[in-house]
Amino acid sequence: MTQKHTLSVLVEDRPGVLTRVAGLFARRGFNIHSLAVGPTEHSGISRMTVVVDVDELPLEQVTKQLNKLINVIKIVELEPGASVQREMLLVKVRADSATRSHVLETVELFRGHVVDVAPDAVTIEATGSPDKLAAFLKVLEPFGIRELSQSGLIGIGRGNRSITDRALRSA
Amino acid sequence: MPGQSRTEPSGAPRATATPVVAEPMTGAQSLVRSLESVGVETVFGLPGGAILPLYDPLMDSTKIRHILVRHEQGAGHAAEGYAQATGKVGVCMATSGPGATNLVTAIADAYMDSVPMVAITGQVNSKLIGTDGFQEADIVGITMPITKHNMLIADAADIPRAIAEAFHIAGTGRPGPVLVDVPKDILQAQTTFSWPPKLDLPGYRAVTRPHNKQIREAARLLTSSTRPVLYVGGGVLKAHASEELRRLTEETGAPVVTTLMALGALPDSHQQNLGMPGMHGTVAAVTALQKADLIVSLGARFDDRVTGNLDSFAPHAKVVHADIDPAEIGKNRLADVPIVGDAREVIAELTVAVAAEHQAGRRADLTTWWAQLDGWREAFPLGHAPAPEGEVSPQHVIARIGEISGPESIYVAGVGQHQMWASQFIKYENPHTWINSGGAGTMGFAVPAAMGAKAGLPDTVVWAIDGDGCFQMTNQELATCVINQIPIKVAVINNSSLGMVRQWQNLFYDGRYSNTDLHTSVGSRIPDFVKLAEAYGCVGLRCETPEDVDATIEKAMEINDVPVIIDFVVHRDAMVWPMVPSGVSNDLIQIARDTRPEFDSEA
Repeated sequence: MTQKHTLSVLVEDRPGVLTRVAGLFARRGFNIHSLAVGPTEHSGISRMTVVVDVDELPLEQVTKQLNKLINVIKIVELEPGASVQREMLLVKVRADSATRSHVLETVELFRGHVVDVAPDAVTIEATGSPDKLAAFLKVLEPFGIRELSQSGLIGIGRGNRSITDRALRSA
Repeated sequence: MPGQSRTEPSGAPRATATPVVAEPMTGAQSLVRSLESVGVETVFGLPGGAILPLYDPLMDSTKIRHILVRHEQGAGHAAEGYAQATGKVGVCMATSGPGATNLVTAIADAYMDSVPMVAITGQVNSKLIGTDGFQEADIVGITMPITKHNMLIADAADIPRAIAEAFHIAGTGRPGPVLVDVPKDILQAQTTFSWPPKLDLPGYRAVTRPHNKQIREAARLLTSSTRPVLYVGGGVLKAHASEELRRLTEETGAPVVTTLMALGALPDSHQQNLGMPGMHGTVAAVTALQKADLIVSLGARFDDRVTGNLDSFAPHAKVVHADIDPAEIGKNRLADVPIVGDAREVIAELTVAVAAEHQAGRRADLTTWWAQLDGWREAFPLGHAPAPEGEVSPQHVIARIGEISGPESIYVAGVGQHQMWASQFIKYENPHTWINSGGAGTMGFAVPAAMGAKAGLPDTVVWAIDGDGCFQMTNQELATCVINQIPIKVAVINNSSLGMVRQWQNLFYDGRYSNTDLHTSVGSRIPDFVKLAEAYGCVGLRCETPEDVDATIEKAMEINDVPVIIDFVVHRDAMVWPMVPSGVSNDLIQIARDTRPEFDSEA
């Protein structure tokens, strides 16, 4: 039985870093569930959020192998209880005059936004935990989902501490 | 060791250069200056279009000796041999595209065996990158999985820092290959050279000091276990910790096994050395690990060739696992006491901690254990069946080379039966006198690696113990040896076959010898190795009868101005024993075909 783990990986913002990280996962036979990359508050340092589907022991091995990459500065596992974790969703749903109000009501319930409207469709933006977005999609499904684009998970630890600051101090 | 520089610690390059501030020059000149400044003395390489600008200032360098190889793979293995013999970072150089891809095998080999090496490759012009330009290959992408790190230089101003970082990464922590790819226009660009550069490696920290608590726990186990084994791997040689190992060995009184990568870390003649564990290890070493109640792993990695079937490996043993690479600990076998640190520091501190336990009166009684170990040693010593009347036994040839040339010589092997026999029948008394391709198992390693070792230690006798298959893969470097006055000695153990594959075909494929006959001595001599040696300007000798073995070796010992190649025509059906068949438990070790040792008392 494997379990999903969320790793926050601070990396140097250099060409090829994504390839190094993704290649390592593939090479060592670890499955990436989702991956998101973006800047941090420090120029030159990017943050990758990687969700992996592994047991405890292989997870330790993944972390150690990642740590060996020269461009990887720090790895922190984000525990669900001690962090905020979000995905973002853009979804185009069939909505004509007969169904539009139902669709909009659902969007409202899930605190989404309509970002584009066409005569027979609306495009909705929503963010939330993976569970919430899955529930949202389930409710939208009967209306007809025409197109879906979803981001990888991003996350940050709760409280006042910053993993980037600590990482830079110890570097 | 007398008069040798073998014991120099590897690690950060000795930056002896005086500081330089912003001297204007080209990227290529800056690269040469950077190499000089990190202390590079020898480079193995072969030029081509993209790297041409670098070779021009290289010609003027008085500090760097460039040795022109005949194939880039030879440059790579030579750099490995050089690194392992001298303890310095080995350097190889090639042009873009096929030049760079020809280095790949050697880079992979260095990665598997943690050999400190820097590979410098030319790359097509920055503007051509990604266009499938002439001789373009994404060598950074290609070598990502087989380098400790690699980089493409994007700005000539970065050259000194990149080179300093490459050598630092290659030589510190767990050593390994680093590739630096430099586009042609970067080599041609005008830049300035400053030294020393400031390293910018926020994600690279090698932990060398072990954790005190873990050391004490390991010492407690070592003084309370009744069947301990010190399992010594290549990391001990990389850390130059042979002297520390001897002290720990004697303080603990425990038996020691030295892996294929660690032969010579403790003298083979040391009373507590049980020999090599693993697929072709000694019965005593393999069985000691199987029956142990404690395994203290020092710079070893529980490779499948050592453990056999992992689930049945050393079932009763607690494991102390010390390695400088945290990712090795617990990778294959769960560690009860993990220790991250440099082998030299770990072993030194462990010795102190064990001595303290002993002083406090805590000491395990190993008498019963040693009685058992000595019983196995006596009952199942290494040996081999004699060759049929009149034929030459390959094991005998190799043993005699070791005895005649002696323990101060360096022995470099290819991969296969001859490699295993060289590991078994040559007695290694000194560290860094045995160089081989362990993890990757790269055929063709011996000749270029021996060349590299000899280039680094010209006053040492260097033997390549090679096979007829291996020898044909890289013997073009004999030209390099002759021209650059690198007089290695090559013993081709010629059984006219890909011998190890043939052995497996014999044992596991009903003797169906599919594509393993090389025709190098049985029925024909294609090629004739003596003529081949002579064609290269080497001395070629041949030995076909048991009576001539010693005389031939002695003759080779007398020739020290050019390489000597000896064609030892040996008994074809000789096999490597003992053997644990692939994938089965080490308990099923065989000392000869279908023959398992009979232990008097099963522990």
